[in-house]
Amino acid sequence: MKVTGAKALVRSLEEEGVEIIFGIPGGVLLPVYDVLFESKMRKVLTRHEQGAAHAADGYARVTGKVGVCMATSGPGATNLVTGIANAYMDSVPLVAITGQVATNLIGTDAFQEADTTGITMPIVKHNYLVKDPADIPDVVQEAFYIARTGRPGPVLIDLPVDVARGELEYHRREHPQLPGYKPTYKGHKKQVRMAARSILEAHSPILYVGGGVITSGATAELKKLAVDNGIHVTHTLMGKGAFPESHRLSLGMLGMHGTRCANYAMCETDLIIAVGARFDDRITGKLSEFAPKAKVIHIDIDPAEISKNVRAHIPIVGDARQVLKDLNAAIAEVRAEIKAADRSAWNAAIEEWKEKYPLAYERGNGLKPQYVVERIHALTKGDAVICTEVGQNQMWAAQYYPVQKPRRFISSGGLGTMGYGLPAAIGAQLGSPGDLVFDIAGDGSVQMTIQELATAVLEGAPVKVAILNNGYLGMVRQWQQLFYNGKYSCTCLDRERTPDFVALAEAYGAKGIRVKDPDLVDQAIQEAMESPCPVLIDFWVDPEENVYPMVAPGAPLYDMIGDLLYPVEKVHPEKAEEPFL
Amino acid sequence: MKHTLSVLVENKPGVLARVAELFARRGFNIDSLAVGTTEKPDISRMTIVVDVAEHSLEQVRKQLHKLVNVIEISDLDPETSVARELVLAKIKVNPENRSEVIEIVDIFRGNIVDVSRESIVVEVTGNAQKLRAFEELVKPYGIRELVRTGKVALPRGK
Repeated sequence: MKVTGAKALVRSLEEEGVEIIFGIPGGVLLPVYDVLFESKMRKVLTRHEQGAAHAADGYARVTGKVGVCMATSGPGATNLVTGIANAYMDSVPLVAITGQVATNLIGTDAFQEADTTGITMPIVKHNYLVKDPADIPDVVQEAFYIARTGRPGPVLIDLPVDVARGELEYHRREHPQLPGYKPTYKGHKKQVRMAARSILEAHSPILYVGGGVITSGATAELKKLAVDNGIHVTHTLMGKGAFPESHRLSLGMLGMHGTRCANYAMCETDLIIAVGARFDDRITGKLSEFAPKAKVIHIDIDPAEISKNVRAHIPIVGDARQVLKDLNAAIAEVRAEIKAADRSAWNAAIEEWKEKYPLAYERGNGLKPQYVVERIHALTKGDAVICTEVGQNQMWAAQYYPVQKPRRFISSGGLGTMGYGLPAAIGAQLGSPGDLVFDIAGDGSVQMTIQELATAVLEGAPVKVAILNNGYLGMVRQWQQLFYNGKYSCTCLDRERTPDFVALAEAYGAKGIRVKDPDLVDQAIQEAMESPCPVLIDFWVDPEENVYPMVAPGAPLYDMIGDLLYPVEKVHPEKAEEPFL
Repeated sequence: MKHTLSVLVENKPGVLARVAELFARRGFNIDSLAVGTTEKPDISRMTIVVDVAEHSLEQVRKQLHKLVNVIEISDLDPETSVARELVLAKIKVNPENRSEVIEIVDIFRGNIVDVSRESIVVEVTGNAQKLRAFEELVKPYGIRELVRTGKVALPRGK
């Protein structure tokens, strides 16, 4: 029996197990939304396509499933672009479906036409322009397969309206046929054995772990490797939750706003075991002075990440979980042959750094943003799903909300997308309804997608938005203060005048609470937690509080500035040999 | 350093755009690029000449491999591969020097594919050095127009 392209699309999505689609309909998507009306899949109508993409992304990160978003042609598709790029940079499995003008109009600058596959080419793992309805089932199958396997990422399907209206005999292949796509999961045996030997021989090894550990579900294997061998672990922003931060072997986050302990350890280590991390510039600081004494074992599923920024001595291409499993087994074997090196001096050094340089901020003196995050952590018992916006709020969330489990800290890492947090929180909440979901936000970021409060209210997603409102584009202001002589060019948002976040929340049908007094912080968080609806708390924090410690852009990791024990002693913008921002 | 990459790709719409976009976005320069079908109708071969350092070459190959439609990449060693290029050149001639030019074309085992009163169009194939030598020799007569296909190459033997 023949079905329409739109029906085939919806049926294919159902066969992939899709539960929820975030999106906004439009002219050329009408045939698809018409069929979706009857489908059991949940349709979430966001208020902007960027919100749809981020919500699908947040859903994917929390559940580990493929997120799905949908938008119409032209402006609908271009509005998705930021969200797709965000998912690409953070390796999030996403399938984006866009409507397209009819095939006979493609290339004529038709109404609401944009070259969607062309525009998205550099920010997707793969994309399709479907020209024949008969291709729909296989394209959908391939898209989901590509999105979730190997190094996950977004895949886009562009569907012209006449193809959606056209007819086909529904037939789906058993397996996707992709001769050019074969991810490597198992690490090379000899390399793994070499790594095992290096680990045992190292005097000062360190595990540097990223989002890949979470994606591949390798936390148990990572913990075994760290604990059995007494190796300290530092994580990237994306790796938050890969290893329990309360564990004695955790050094916290590294990099630009990492802990001094983690950064100093990177400068001194003789062996970096990098797992599912990609030596981003925010991690390495000045590349030529990064980890000068270290041999590097680099475990990653994407061969292109290995030796891209930092040369790997022992590259291992494979899935983190599989490789770590094999590595643990290999270490057990090699241990019989060689004795592990003495690491007492190294462990003592780390303990000293840890004790000497804890994360700290100056208490008293009004409402501190760090204090707000600390209280959210305390009152949620460290068990909330934390989404963040981008900027200071994100760094304070990362620093002061330690996470113990994977898929509980959802943040835009690679692209650094302001406006990510609120829609991602909605997606996370719908993906994990039993969890308490907080969006730790900034007043600048949250205003980029604040209209999604409507989505939260109507979809019954009781997210809690905690705005650390400092009245500035805070991180940019901080850089202006430190590196541009305090000239606050276009960074003041004037919170005294606009917006009234409490009124805004209420206008959307959410609850709004304003807090200016540190003594009222707990009460507000409690009230938000107990409320069954979305709540926005507008915390008026110290406007010129900075995120410390900090490695100035282009400076080496050891050259850290700021924090309570080490006040801003030296700033070297002139030292920045590598371009930044 | 110049490298010749032989890339087997699925013969699907947009493949050339994907490859070209990747080179542009990652900042790699393409010296020449030739695409055509192979013995299998669903597979095309691209011969890409890139001028990059060893480290960048590794990145080019790895990034190319990430394209879903790319099936196989090999870096052809000039020692163990054969490479050819075709040039079409329109050369200015007059009754006095026409035979001279034809003689040069013969030496290079080229063909004359079009003749008119003021010019001839010749076709020459060979490796880069040979074509360069040919160009140098006919230059004094005046090259009106010239086009090269870009290099195509295959590994020797087996």
